[in-house]
Amino acid sequence: MNNCLPKNSVGVVTPVKWCYEHDFTFKCGKVLSGFELVYETYGQLNNNRSNAILICHALSGDHHVAGYHSENDKKAGWWDNFIGPGKIIDTNRFFVVCSNNLGGCSGSTGPSSINPATNRHYGLDFPLVTVEDWVKGQALLADYLGIDRWAAVIGGSMGGMQSLRWAIDYPDRLSHALVIAATSRLSTQNIAFNEVARRAIMSDPDFANGDYYDKENKPEQGLMLARMLGHITYLSDDAMRDKFGRELSDGRIKFGYDAEFEVENYLRYQGRKFVDFFDANTYLLMTKALDYFDPAVDADGDLSAVLKDVQAKFFVASFTSDWRFNPSRSREIVKALLDNDKDVSYLEVEAEYGHDGFLMKIPQYMSGMSAYMERIAAEVECG
Amino acid sequence: MRPDLEIISRWIRPDSSVLDLGCGDGALLQSLKDDQGIRGYGLEIDSENVTSCIKKGINVIQTDIEAGLSDFDANSFDYVIMTQTIQAINDPVKVIHEMLRVGREAIVTFPNFGYWQCRFDLVFKGRMPVNDALPNFWYNTPNIHLCTIADFERLAKKEGVKIMQRSVVDRKHKNNIRTKIWPNFFAEIALYRFCKAY
Repeated sequence: MNNCLPKNSVGVVTPVKWCYEHDFTFKCGKVLSGFELVYETYGQLNNNRSNAILICHALSGDHHVAGYHSENDKKAGWWDNFIGPGKIIDTNRFFVVCSNNLGGCSGSTGPSSINPATNRHYGLDFPLVTVEDWVKGQALLADYLGIDRWAAVIGGSMGGMQSLRWAIDYPDRLSHALVIAATSRLSTQNIAFNEVARRAIMSDPDFANGDYYDKENKPEQGLMLARMLGHITYLSDDAMRDKFGRELSDGRIKFGYDAEFEVENYLRYQGRKFVDFFDANTYLLMTKALDYFDPAVDADGDLSAVLKDVQAKFFVASFTSDWRFNPSRSREIVKALLDNDKDVSYLEVEAEYGHDGFLMKIPQYMSGMSAYMERIAAEVECG
Repeated sequence: MRPDLEIISRWIRPDSSVLDLGCGDGALLQSLKDDQGIRGYGLEIDSENVTSCIKKGINVIQTDIEAGLSDFDANSFDYVIMTQTIQAINDPVKVIHEMLRVGREAIVTFPNFGYWQCRFDLVFKGRMPVNDALPNFWYNTPNIHLCTIADFERLAKKEGVKIMQRSVVDRKHKNNIRTKIWPNFFAEIALYRFCKAY
C-alpha cells in the first residue's frame, strides 16, 4: 500500500483531537472552560505503559512530527528524519506522542478558536499562555492516554524549554529529559528580536487588533516580516554565506528594490510559505511565552535551586554556531544540574548550521543522541 | 582495563565522588562506578569518546579542559583525576590548581621523560624519544609539556602541592626492584595522588 512512502517512515498518520472538558486555569489567571489538543502518536504503547516518549515542538512546529498525512503527501513531519522504525527515536521500541501546544494554530485551542462566551474568535483575548501552561496541558493529555511516566520528554529550542519545565514541574513523571538547543531563559537580545517580530505583526494595517479572522485580508505582511527576521536568527552567518553567498537571481544587479540577491528571495519565500499555515496571533502568543520563560525566577534567579528536586536524567545538547541560544545557555543548565549532582550528559556539537542544527542529521549529534536513546530503550526493555 | 587505571582504582575510596578530566571512553569511570559505587562525571572533548561514554551510561560533559573548570564549584569532588593528559596541556600549572580547587584530592599520571629509553634516544641516538608510552614523533605529538618524575615533584613543591601517594611503574605497569631504586631512570609511567599542602 505505502509504495510511495519511504520504508523507514511511520507511514500515513492521522491526527487525533482530544477534548478536555473541565476548567483550566492559566498561569496568568485566566480560565478556559475546557480546551482541545490535537496530537499524533506513532508506535505501540507497551503493556507496562513504560515506553512512551513525549516530543515537544518548537515555535513554528506542531503535532505532526513524523510520517505523512496521505499516500500522496510530499512533506513528512518536521522531525521525520529522527523518528520512525529503526531511527534514533525508534518507533519499533517507543510509543511517541506529540501534541500541538495550547494556543497553537494547527488544531489545538488557540486564538483562532471560537470563544464560546462571545461566539467570536478569541484573537487577542486568548489567555497569554506560558511554558508551564503547555506542560500542564500535556500532563492532562498524558493522564488521558494512561501514561503515568514518560520514558523521556524530548524537545529542541522552545521544545527543550518544555522538557526542562517538565522535569521541574512533574519530577516523578519522566525518566529522562532531552533539552536540545535550548535555554533556561531568553537573553535580552532574544527578547529584542521577539519584540521586533511582534511589532511587525501588530503594526500591519490588516492586523485589526487581532480580530482579522473574518476579514478578507490577514496581517500577512507583518507575519511574513516576523518570520523572515526569525529565520535570520536560526541560521549562522557562515551557513547563510555558504548557502547563498552574494548570488544574484538574474546574475546581475538591476538597480532596483526587488529581491535581487538569492538570500532575499529565500527569506521572502520562507515568509510567504509561513503565512499559509501559521496564525499571526499564535506567533505573538508563543513569542511572549518564550520571553516569559524563566524557571529560576521562582528562586530569585538561582537555577540550581529550582533544579534541586528534579529526578530525570538529562541529555543536553547545543550547537557551536547557534547564536540564538548559544552553547553557554546550555552550559548554564548543565552547571545547575552539576550543582545538584544530577545525572547529565552534555554534547556540544560542532556545526555551522546555527540554531536550526537541532533538526539536522549531523553525525556527531546523531551518534551522541542515538547512544542516549539506546540507553533509554535498554532501561525500558529491562523493566 | 589499562594497568595504570587499575592502580588508580585502588587509590579511590568506595562511594566517593570523582571528576575525570579527559575521561576518554569512560572505562575508568565505569569500573569505579560498577565496582566501587562512585558517583562521577567525565570531561571529554573528542566526540567519539563522548558517544562511548554515553553508551556506557557515564555522565559526560563535552568540553575542553583547557577552558577551565568554571562549571564546578570548589571542593565539589573527592577526587579529580587526569590520566596521561597533563603533558599535552597548555598550562599545566593552572590545571593542577583548578584540580585542587574543585577536588579535595587530585590524581595525575604521565609518561616519565626521565625513563632510561628516553635518555638513551636523546643521548646516544640524538633523537626525540619514541616508545610505548610516547608513540608519536616530534612533529605530530600532542605532548608539549613533557616532564620527568624529578621535574613534577619539584613543581609540586614550588606550587604548594603535597604528594600523598606515588606509584612508578615500568612498561608492564609493574613495580620492580629497579623502579624502586631509581624511579626517574627505570619508571616509564608515574602516578601521583596529591592535595593542597596547606
